[in-house]
Amino acid sequence: MRRWFLMPARLWMALFFAAPLAIICAYSLLTRGDYGGVERPWTVESFTRLADPLYLAIFWRSLWIAFLATALCALLGFPLALFISRAGLRRNLYLQLVLLPFWTSFLVRTYAWLFILRDTGLINTLLTRFHLIDGPLPLLYNDGAVLLGLVYNFLPFFVLPMYATLERLDPALLEAAADLGARPFAVLWRVVIPVSAPGFVAGSVLVFIPCLGAYLTPDLLGGGKSVMLGNLVQNQFTTARDWPFGSAASLVLMLASAVILSALMRSRIARELV
Amino acid sequence: MRRRALPVYAAAAFAFLHLPLLILIAFSFNGGRFTAWEGFSFRWYRAAMNDAQLTEGLVNSLIIAVSAAVLSTVIGTLAAYGIWRKTARILSGTLYLSLVTPEIVTGVSLLALFQWVFRFLHLQLGIYTVIIAHVAFSIAYVVIVISARLRNYDRTLEEAAMDLGASEWHAFSRVTLPLLAPAIAAAALLALVVSFDDYVITSLVAGVDSETLPMVIYAMARRGVSPVVNAVSALIVVAFGAIILISQRLQER
Repeated sequence: MRRWFLMPARLWMALFFAAPLAIICAYSLLTRGDYGGVERPWTVESFTRLADPLYLAIFWRSLWIAFLATALCALLGFPLALFISRAGLRRNLYLQLVLLPFWTSFLVRTYAWLFILRDTGLINTLLTRFHLIDGPLPLLYNDGAVLLGLVYNFLPFFVLPMYATLERLDPALLEAAADLGARPFAVLWRVVIPVSAPGFVAGSVLVFIPCLGAYLTPDLLGGGKSVMLGNLVQNQFTTARDWPFGSAASLVLMLASAVILSALMRSRIARELV
Repeated sequence: MRRRALPVYAAAAFAFLHLPLLILIAFSFNGGRFTAWEGFSFRWYRAAMNDAQLTEGLVNSLIIAVSAAVLSTVIGTLAAYGIWRKTARILSGTLYLSLVTPEIVTGVSLLALFQWVFRFLHLQLGIYTVIIAHVAFSIAYVVIVISARLRNYDRTLEEAAMDLGASEWHAFSRVTLPLLAPAIAAAALLALVVSFDDYVITSLVAGVDSETLPMVIYAMARRGVSPVVNAVSALIVVAFGAIILISQRLQER
């Protein structure tokens, strides 16, 4: 009986999630066809090409941008989570405020920054209006814009787990530290932050993984200049029509995410969190 | 000092989270074409409604989102119930993997699958391939919402039903399912939003006749300034906000 409940999901996920990934695995070991698609012979050439300095640079760049976005989310998100966890009855309202933009369309949220940052956008129009600048500032289509978009889009992913750990923080612990003579900053640095380590790690992973595989944000806000792994994959499957190479790049992207995620799952911190 | 600093900081963070969308919504009512305020007007909303591409995109998006939400809710609810009865490790693992897989990878792999199948069948990409893809990534969301509800569900209710002579199916359909109804509705609304919003996967598996609203918005945003996009965005923000709030209320019931 139970089998029948699981059957539709098993079938759908096998056919339309697992099988496609298996196809990607196979394609990554084939040769590029003349009109797109793939051909024999089997080869590991796509993977060796990924070691080319050009592509290695994209790989490191994606890791670096994802790392910076995560660090910024932690910097912005920790005080926010701390504030919410101490807000008493208004906690839920503040949590909703964090969550609401997160549930509005991802595309619209990214477009909002396009609207604000572009040459004829809000900031440049205002600055020109007040004669603070002569020509538009190049705010869009650079790494800074991509970073901004990523932090904006993924900040809630950091705040929520961070809040979950801070909420469980026993206020008596803080009082004890203060009674024993710790200054507020010492309480923060030596009590609050160590105790909230699980939230830090979980939030960082939740931000880092989608940032590493980001496609839409670097595409819209970075223009053609700021290429990350996701854009490389998309490009190989559409314009460049090199499916084996695109497949290999997809697998590297998945592998990098999986390694980070499994490191979290195995750590003591994950067990504390659950 | 920190006592005062923290609220100020939090206010700044909330402004960062909300201002961009509020600005976008404000300028959707701008009378002028450019980013300078020229008076209140519904001009761009009218323009959006008269735009054939946008309305066609909207219709496609609605067809896709409703179909995907219905299918993934049915499949996901059954699966969550099955997993609740007895753990299904491989299925749960696959569902989690589908959540953390970068969208772009899910998209290209589905494209590869469809193109491979098309070698044997004379078909092409269209609305149905988009629906298939959306169901595949929505099932995990549905399972999470329903599972959360089942965690607090009393197993003895079903046992009681079966002791009183109900079959396994009857116990499920007459006892458990009605109690799950709010969670199921919440999951369906969530799936609806997740499907309606998707651009990355959709753009890869959509055919020439199945442009969705996000695809039209993307193309317009790429082309340059058009306040019409602001108007459509504002409508989406408001509609999504309303649906998600309803969904959360249902989950709390």
